[in-house]
Amino acid sequence: MQFSAQLEDKLKKLMRNYPIKRSSLIPMLLFVQDEQGFLRKETIAEIAGRLELTIPQVEETISYYSMLRKKPAGKYHLQVCTNISCLLRGGEELFEHARKKLSLAPGETTPDKLFSLEEVECIGACAWAPAIQVNYQFHHELTPERFDQLIGELQRSRA
Amino acid sequence: MPVSEHEVLVLTERFDLPNSASIDTYLGHDGYQALEKSLKQMTPESILEELKRSNLRGRGGAGFPTGMKWGFVPKESPKPKYIVCNADESEPGTCKDRLLMEKDPHQLIEGILIAGIVVGSHQGYIYVRGEYRYLLEILDRALEEAYARGYLGKNILGTGFDFELATHTGAGAYECGEESALLESLEGKRGIPRIRPPFPAVVGLYGGPTVLNNVETFSAVPAILRNGGEWYAQLGTPRNGGTRLFVLSGHVNRPGVYELPMGFPLRKMIEEVGGGILDGKKVKAVIPGGSSTPVLTADALDTPMDFDSVAKAGSMLGSGAVIMMHEDTCMVKVALRLMQFYAHESCGWCIPCREGTDWLSKTLHRFHSGGGRDEDIGLVEHLAKNMLGRTFCPLGDAAAMPMISFVQKFREEFEMHLSGRPCPFESKQEPATASR
Amino acid sequence: MVKIRLDDRELEVQRGTLLIDACRAAGIEVPSFCYYPGLSLQAACRMCLVEIEKAPKLQTACTVPATEGMIVRSNTEQVAQARRSMLEFLLGNHPLDCPVCDKGGECELQDMVFRYGASESRYGEAKRHVEEQQWSPVVYFDAPRCILCYRCVRVCDEGMGVGALSVVNRGARTEIAPNHGDHLECEECGMCIDICPVGALTSGAYRYKARPWEIQYTSTICTHCGDGCKTTLSVRNNKILRGNNRDRSGINGEFLCIKGRYAYDFVEHPSRLRQPLVRKGQELVATTWEEAIGMVAAKWGEILSRRNEAANNILAGTSEKRSKGFGVIASNHTTNEENYLLQKFARTVLQTNHVDHHRTADYAALIHALANESPEQPAQAQRPPLARSKDIVGASAILLVGNNPTEQHPLIAWNIREACRRNGARLYIINSRRIPLLRQSHRFLPLGLGHEADALRYLCGEPEAGQALLGKTPSGDPVTSDLLHDFRNRLQEEKDVIVVFGDEITGPDVSLLIRMGSQLSGRTRYIVLGDSSNSRGASDMGLLPHLLPGYRPVEDAVARAFFENRWKTPIPETSGLSVDEMVTATLQGGMDSLYVVGANPLKGRNPADFRGKTFLVVQDLFLQETAQAADVVLPAASAYEKSGTVTNTCGELQRLRKAIGVLGTRTDLQIFESLAAAMGAALHPCRPEEALEEIRQMVPEYNIPLANVLAGGAEAVLNPNGFKPLAAPAETSGRVYSAQDTLFTSGTLGRFSNILNLVPERAIRKEPDPA
Ligand SMILES: Cc1cc2nc3c(=O)[nH]c(=O)nc-3n(C[C@H](O)[C@H](O)[C@H](O)COP(=O)(O)O)c2cc1C
Ligand code: SF4
Ligand code: FES
Repeated sequence: MQFSAQLEDKLKKLMRNYPIKRSSLIPMLLFVQDEQGFLRKETIAEIAGRLELTIPQVEETISYYSMLRKKPAGKYHLQVCTNISCLLRGGEELFEHARKKLSLAPGETTPDKLFSLEEVECIGACAWAPAIQVNYQFHHELTPERFDQLIGELQRSRA
Repeated sequence: MPVSEHEVLVLTERFDLPNSASIDTYLGHDGYQALEKSLKQMTPESILEELKRSNLRGRGGAGFPTGMKWGFVPKESPKPKYIVCNADESEPGTCKDRLLMEKDPHQLIEGILIAGIVVGSHQGYIYVRGEYRYLLEILDRALEEAYARGYLGKNILGTGFDFELATHTGAGAYECGEESALLESLEGKRGIPRIRPPFPAVVGLYGGPTVLNNVETFSAVPAILRNGGEWYAQLGTPRNGGTRLFVLSGHVNRPGVYELPMGFPLRKMIEEVGGGILDGKKVKAVIPGGSSTPVLTADALDTPMDFDSVAKAGSMLGSGAVIMMHEDTCMVKVALRLMQFYAHESCGWCIPCREGTDWLSKTLHRFHSGGGRDEDIGLVEHLAKNMLGRTFCPLGDAAAMPMISFVQKFREEFEMHLSGRPCPFESKQEPATASR
Repeated sequence: MVKIRLDDRELEVQRGTLLIDACRAAGIEVPSFCYYPGLSLQAACRMCLVEIEKAPKLQTACTVPATEGMIVRSNTEQVAQARRSMLEFLLGNHPLDCPVCDKGGECELQDMVFRYGASESRYGEAKRHVEEQQWSPVVYFDAPRCILCYRCVRVCDEGMGVGALSVVNRGARTEIAPNHGDHLECEECGMCIDICPVGALTSGAYRYKARPWEIQYTSTICTHCGDGCKTTLSVRNNKILRGNNRDRSGINGEFLCIKGRYAYDFVEHPSRLRQPLVRKGQELVATTWEEAIGMVAAKWGEILSRRNEAANNILAGTSEKRSKGFGVIASNHTTNEENYLLQKFARTVLQTNHVDHHRTADYAALIHALANESPEQPAQAQRPPLARSKDIVGASAILLVGNNPTEQHPLIAWNIREACRRNGARLYIINSRRIPLLRQSHRFLPLGLGHEADALRYLCGEPEAGQALLGKTPSGDPVTSDLLHDFRNRLQEEKDVIVVFGDEITGPDVSLLIRMGSQLSGRTRYIVLGDSSNSRGASDMGLLPHLLPGYRPVEDAVARAFFENRWKTPIPETSGLSVDEMVTATLQGGMDSLYVVGANPLKGRNPADFRGKTFLVVQDLFLQETAQAADVVLPAASAYEKSGTVTNTCGELQRLRKAIGVLGTRTDLQIFESLAAAMGAALHPCRPEEALEEIRQMVPEYNIPLANVLAGGAEAVLNPNGFKPLAAPAETSGRVYSAQDTLFTSGTLGRFSNILNLVPERAIRKEPDPA
C-alpha cells in the first residue's frame, strides 16, 4: 500500500527520529488517519508490516488512544469539550445545542457525511471556554449563536 | 506587555513581539545566550548548581526540584541518555504549555538543550498531546530553524556538543502525561505506567537514563542561566523560586494565562488579575492546581500560591490551573464530571483505579440525577479513600483526592440531592458564557 | 543475605528476594492475583499491599525487594482493610453467580473473598455486560468474569512465546483479546485457561461437565511426546474429564501442551478396540480373549517346534531354506516393564533377536559415544553429562542442533524459553528451518537440509567443512564466513552448554557431536530428542535387534551370559533384523510370524499386500493399517489405563498411574503373561513392581532410588556403564527418524483424538511424514 507522496515523505522522516521502529507507531497511525479518515484493516496490516509488528500489537495500541478510530467520522469532526472549565462556561449546553442543531447523537455522522459529533475531555482551551475543536482547529469562547455561525460557514465552504 | 499590572514577565516576556515564534525574534531578545554560556563558560556541575540555587520546581504537577532531578541521572551509562519534554498538557483547567510552545518555542528548545548538556544526552523528544496538532507545525518549524542556525545537530556552536531534537505526537490519552506512561507511549505502546523504581532518571526511554520535565520547567531554564539562580529564586518565595504561568478559568471575569510570581495571593489573583467573579457573585470553591487537586473553599482565599502554602491549605499547586466556581455551582455535578473524566482516562491497569473510577462515576451519575440514597455519600468517600495511595500510578490519587475533598467540604450539597430531589442548582445555572 | 523483620519475625533472606516470596517462604500469606512466579511483574491487582516502615503508603510486596533492616508488616488492620477494599472493587463489576460458574469451588477470587472478606457488596450500579465468546474449540472467554490479572497474556507471550493474547481498550472497558479479532490462532495449549484464577477463560473440553468436588485426581505421565510431562487427570465415573497440573509438581511444573492437556480423549474414541479379533477369510471377527490367546499360542507353539525340528535337520545335514522365524515390533508408548518383558519374551520364548521399534532418536549412539569418546573424568562420572529437562533452565548456554522443539518437544521449548527469559541463557541454533525458537536465539547458523554434520565438523575445527555451508540456504538465509566464525567464537566462549539435538544427528555423527562438545572449555551436557512417551525406555530396555537391556551387545558373550543366567534360557547369538528389514522380509514371505505391539509399521501402506504373508499378531488400541492386515488383533490398554514406569527422552524415570479402565482391553503386560502361559512358558515377573525390580537388577542404570518416582516425581536414570567404555555394538541397519509430529499430531494415536482434529491450526501445520 502506498500513501500520498507527501505522507510517505512525512513517514520516512518520522521513522528517522527513533532508534526503534515501534516508536513511530502512534504518530504514524494518526498521520495516516488524517489522510484516510480512519484506520482500515488493510492500513493496519500495512503499518504493522512497516514497523515489524504483529497486527494485535497495532490493534491493542489503537484501542488505547481515544483519537484513533477504525470507523469514519464526518468531514468536520466536532469535538465539544465539557470538562470542568468548559462546563462552568456552558460547555454542556453547547454540546446539547450541537446535538439538536445537527440532530446527531454522540459518535454519529450526518447523512451527508459532513459533520460528526463527539463530547470530549479537556482539550487545553480552559482559559477560552467553552471551546471546541473542528478536526484540529480550535474555536474558542463559543456561544450557541457563534456555533451556528460556524456550522453555516463550514457548510458553505463545502459548496 | 503585561495584561495585568501584577504580571512579572519572564517566560512570557517575548509573547507580544511580532513573529514571537521565529528564531530571529528570539535571537534579537536574549535568545540562545544561555546555551552559549552553558557551552562555553559553564560546566554541567555549575549549571546544575545554578539550577539548584534557583529553587525551580517542576511545573508539571508534582513540584519536584528540577536541579535535584537532573542530578539523579548517572554520569556513566552504557545506554544513551534522553531528554523528554512533557507537552501532553491534559490536566483539566490547564492551557499554559500550549502558549509557551505557540509563542516562544525556541525558549523551550534552549531549555531542553541545556538539560542535554547537564546530563550528557544527545537526543531529545517533545511529546505533544495529539489535540495540539497546530503546535507540532510551529515546533517543527522552530526545530528546522534551530538546525539551520546550528543550535541543534552536530557540533553545536562549534563546541563539539551534538544534540538531536524531534517532536512526537500523542493520540488522545491523559494518562500519557504521567511520566512513565509517556515513555511507554513514546516507545509506541499503550500508555500503561511502569513499575518504579527504577525511575526514568536511571532507566527511562529505551532503557536509558532520561530527564523528563514539563514544558514550562524547561522554558524557565534559559532565563535562570542568563540572570542567575539567585535572581530567579528571589522572584518567588522561599523554596519556590521564580514565576509561574497560572491559568485562570471558570467563573472569573477575565479568564486567561498570567505569569505571576510564586506565592501570589489567591484572593488577589481572582479579584485583581481575574477581574473578580462573574456577575459579582460569591466564591464558592476554587480548585487551585488543575482538576487533580483537592478543592478549596472561600476561607482559603488568603493562601499564597506556592507549592508549600497550598499544601498547607490542604491542596496542591499542581499544574497551576486555578478553576473558580461561584455560588451557583453544583459541586456534585463538578465531582461527577471530574470522575467521569478519570473513569474515561484511567488506563485500566490496576484494580482500584479501574474499578474505583467506574464505580464512582456510575454512583455519582445516579446520585446527581436524583437517585441518591443516604448511604451513597459515605460510600463515595469510602471508595475514594480506598483508592487513595493504593493505585499503581498517581492517576488514582488524582481522582480520589478531589473526590474526598468534595464530599468532606460540600457534604450538605450532597445531602441536598437526596430523596429524589432534582439538582437544586440546575435552575440557577444559565450558561455563564463570558461576553467579552 | 539480608536480615528483615516480617510481622515481628526476624528473617534472613537472599538479597533481592521479593517481599512476597520472602513472606510466603516464611509461611506468611500474602494474597495476589497478578503476581505469578516465573512471569513478569505487573503490580496491577494491589492485593499484596503491605506496610513497610518509613514508606508513606502501602507498598506492593510483589515488586519490592528485601533490603537490609527492612521492617515489613502484613498483619495490620490497614493491610487487611486494603485487601478487603480491593476485593470489594473487583466484585463490583464481577458477576456474582458463583453457583453456575464453571470455576466455582476452585476460583481464586472466591477463595480470597472467603479468606480476606469483602464486606457485603455495596455495589448498586449496573454491571458491565458482554456476551461470552468462543475463541477456539478449547478456549471460551467470559469478559465480565475477568479480573485483569494479565496472567493469561503473560503465560502466552513469555511462557509460550506465542503472544496470541493482548489487552485492548482502556479503563473499565479494558479486555483481554485474541489475536484474530474474534478468535484465536495459537498453539491451543490451554495454559491461559489453566492459569486464569477465575472463570473468565474456560476449557471447551471440560466446562460445565463437573464440579471440582466430584472429581478424583490421578497424576500420571502424558502418553504423547518424549518429554514426559506429568499430567493430573480429573476423573469422574471412570471418565477422564480434563488434564492439568495445577500443583506444579513434576518436571513440567504447570506446563502442558494441547496433547497433555486435552488429547486423552482417544481413550473413548468410538473405534477403540474392545474385543479381540481373529481373521476368518477376508474378515476380522470378534472373539473371546481365551480363543484369541489360545489361537496365537497354538500357532506360535507350532512354529517353534517346526523351527526346532528344522534346526535339528540342519544339524543333521538336511539343509532347507531357513525362514527368519519370529519378528517382534514393539512400541514407544508401552511401559519400561512391558518393554523389558516383551524383549525377554521375544529372546527367550520366541527365540529371536528380531526385536525392534520405531527408533526416533539415536540413544544407543549417544550412550555409546559418551562412554567411549568423552575423556574419562571422575567428576563427570558422578554428574552425568546427560542433562535433565529442567537443567536447561539453569544452563548459561544452549546449543540446539536440528529439531523444532516448539512443535516436537513442547516442554523442552518451554524450558529453553524460560532459560532465555529468566536467566539470560544464550541460545545457539543450528537448523535448516526458521523455527519459532529463533525469537529467543542469540546466534543462528542456518543450513541447507542435511548439513548438520558439516556444521559440527566446522565447529570441531575443520575449516573445510565450513565451505559446504557458505552461500544462501534454501530458506533464503545468507551464510558468510563471518557468520560461521562468529558463531564458533561465541560458542567457544561458553562455559556451560547443554547440547540439544534431534534425529538430524545419528550414528557416527553423534560421536562427532560429542567430540565438538568436549572441545568446549566448560561443562557440556546433552539431550537427545526422540518422539513418543517411551522411546527412550524402549531403547534402554533392549527393544533393539543388536542390544540387550542397558545397551549390552547381543553378540557379546559376556553380556549374553549375564542375562541367560538370570533368565535361565539361552539367547540367540547374532543380532536380529530392524523394523524395515522385518517388514520387507514379511512382504517376501520370509517371516514365520510377526508380533506387533503398540506400533503401526505399515502406516501409509496397503494392508492387503501383507495379508497371508505371515502369521501377524497385532496388539493395539485401534484398528490401524497393521492391524487391518493381522490374523489376530488383541485390544490393548492405553497408558492412562495402566501402571508402570516410563523414561522420557532426557532419561527421567517417572511413574504411570492408572486413571481409568476400558472394558474389554488388557494391558500389554497382561497380554504377554497370558500368551506365555498359554505357550507353557512362565514369563516372570508379571507385576509391574516386580518387573521394575528385575530391571533394576539387570540394568544398572536403572538402579536408582525410587522414593521420588513413587511419590510422583522423576529420577534420572544413571549414566550408562559409569563411563567405562562399552563394547562396541554390532552394526545395525535400523533407521532412526522422527515422525515429525506437530503440536496437533501424535503418530497414529493423534488420529483418534477429537480435540486434535478439531483445532483449525492442525490444518495449517504439515501432516507428519509417514515414512
Ligand atoms: C495522570 C497524570 C497526568 C499527568 N499529566 C501531565 C501533563 O500533562 N503534563 C506534565 O507536564 N506533567 C504531567 N504529569 C506529571 C508528570 O508525571 C511528571 O511529574 C512531570 O511531567 C515532570 O515534570 P516536572 O518535574 O517538570 O513537573 C502527570 C502526572 C499524572 C500522574
Ligand atoms: S482472563 Fe483470567 S487470566 Fe486473563 S486477565 Fe482475566 S482473570 Fe486474568
Ligand atoms: S500481586 Fe502485587 S500487585 Fe498483584
